[in-house]
Amino acid sequence: MKSGSNLERLLESGQFAVTAEAGPPKGSSPKVVQRKGELLKLCCDALNVTDNQTAIVRMSSLSGCVLLKEMGMEPVLQMVVRDRNRLALQSDILGAAALGIRNVLCLSGDHQKFGNHPTAKGVYDIDSIQFIQMVKTMRDEHKFLNGEEISGDVPFFIGAAANPFADPFEFRVTRLAKKANAGADFIQTQGIFDMPKFIEWMKMVRDRGLDEKTHILAGLIPIKSVGMARYMRNNVSGLSVPKEIVDRMADAKEPKEEGVKICLETIEQLKEVDGIHGIHIMAVAWEDIVSRIVEEAGLMPRPVV
Amino acid sequence: MITLEQKNFEEIEKMTKGYNRLLVLGCETCAAMSFAGGQRQVAELASAIRVARKTSGEQGEVLEEAIARQCEPEFVDLIKDDVAGCDAVLSLACGAGVQLLAERFPDKVILPGCNTLFLGVTEELGVWSERCAGCGNCILDKTAGLCPIARCAKQLLNGPCGGSMNGKCEISKDVDCVWQLIIDRLDRLNRLEMLEEIFPVKDWSPAGHGGPRKMIREDLKL
Repeated sequence: MKSGSNLERLLESGQFAVTAEAGPPKGSSPKVVQRKGELLKLCCDALNVTDNQTAIVRMSSLSGCVLLKEMGMEPVLQMVVRDRNRLALQSDILGAAALGIRNVLCLSGDHQKFGNHPTAKGVYDIDSIQFIQMVKTMRDEHKFLNGEEISGDVPFFIGAAANPFADPFEFRVTRLAKKANAGADFIQTQGIFDMPKFIEWMKMVRDRGLDEKTHILAGLIPIKSVGMARYMRNNVSGLSVPKEIVDRMADAKEPKEEGVKICLETIEQLKEVDGIHGIHIMAVAWEDIVSRIVEEAGLMPRPVV
Repeated sequence: MITLEQKNFEEIEKMTKGYNRLLVLGCETCAAMSFAGGQRQVAELASAIRVARKTSGEQGEVLEEAIARQCEPEFVDLIKDDVAGCDAVLSLACGAGVQLLAERFPDKVILPGCNTLFLGVTEELGVWSERCAGCGNCILDKTAGLCPIARCAKQLLNGPCGGSMNGKCEISKDVDCVWQLIIDRLDRLNRLEMLEEIFPVKDWSPAGHGGPRKMIREDLKL
């Protein structure tokens, strides 16, 4: 075992994993995180805590992870290279290890221009792939980026993101290969709405044997309203929301029900795709729907490993 | 070239207020090519300041001069008499020019009339764009002659992030994704395999993060 995390044990034993996202609040109250933890506790194997997502300042990801851990949940520490240089990243990795965090997701991060401090100076000292490699070296060789020895273990199950819907399409598999070669143990993908494109991407992934090298968790974003569908279609870079999905949401008498239906259909289709090792549900501001989706997808109860 | 743009007039007016004899000093190389600080822009700006002063009833004389390069002491020294006769110099050079003036004329008020923007190229008349970040360790041989440090919003070295769509960067539909351009060019050159390898962490110390930079060529020193 690299980290001994629940997520690692589950994926290594070949079982289908379910993870979800819990964004920390724009404030200091632990209750927000704890409430999300309560909602998601029984239906997920691990819970991602986002790191200033969309470049909006929130409670730190590490604090959110600790709050969840105190409740007996397993967190996935998301970390972006936008806000920290190599010193700060390594120092936070050590701190997270000391606090018993065992999963990390290494990300570039949305550009600061999108957030609530658009005039900030972005860091981008190293990129997400170099970050993955750095954590792997810390874990496997007990070495910092500069080659110096680390005292103590750094047991992390290392994750990365993949976006099959961004351009250039052919390079997306190469980028995944680089992440796997850098040391990504698991991958959480961008939210999937364009199934034909995802299936095509997964075929290229399998052709390169990447599904054997890393565990791929397919991303899902439950849609609450037609407004949300339209917003994601038109405004979110790197998301591909087909017109058909927007139309379904627009025509629905009960949009929320339709959103759940779309999500469940997607999960059913994903179960038929070879090389998928789990799902990752990003129900932003709709965390209370996750347990129903997991239940109705036939993925309850979550296995104990 | 170094690309620069003139500051807005209100800022210039405020900054130069109260300096009776003001010298507007142009720079005939990059600033002229940027249409921000050549002889012609010096004349235009000086006359605008004169008009504004007349309107507000402020006294004083606005003088005009331009030299080949404000970043070279030998050219700067050519205007020492003009500088001696004024109360302040409004430099229309880049930040390097402004600072060399301040060094050569320690007792004189030196003001910046331009904002220095970037190392770039002229795309067409009236359009300039950034090409080089002056990082001190060129990697263009590995990126098909297109620089991700200067032209990727996140300075990524291992390919485009998940925000690259239709050839554009996630920050704006007006910004090309340089990684798309790099991939297209490597594809044309049949060298796409170059991107399979992981690009190592960059040493940013020659890029200015090791402190202010200086270059010494012993063979050229007198």
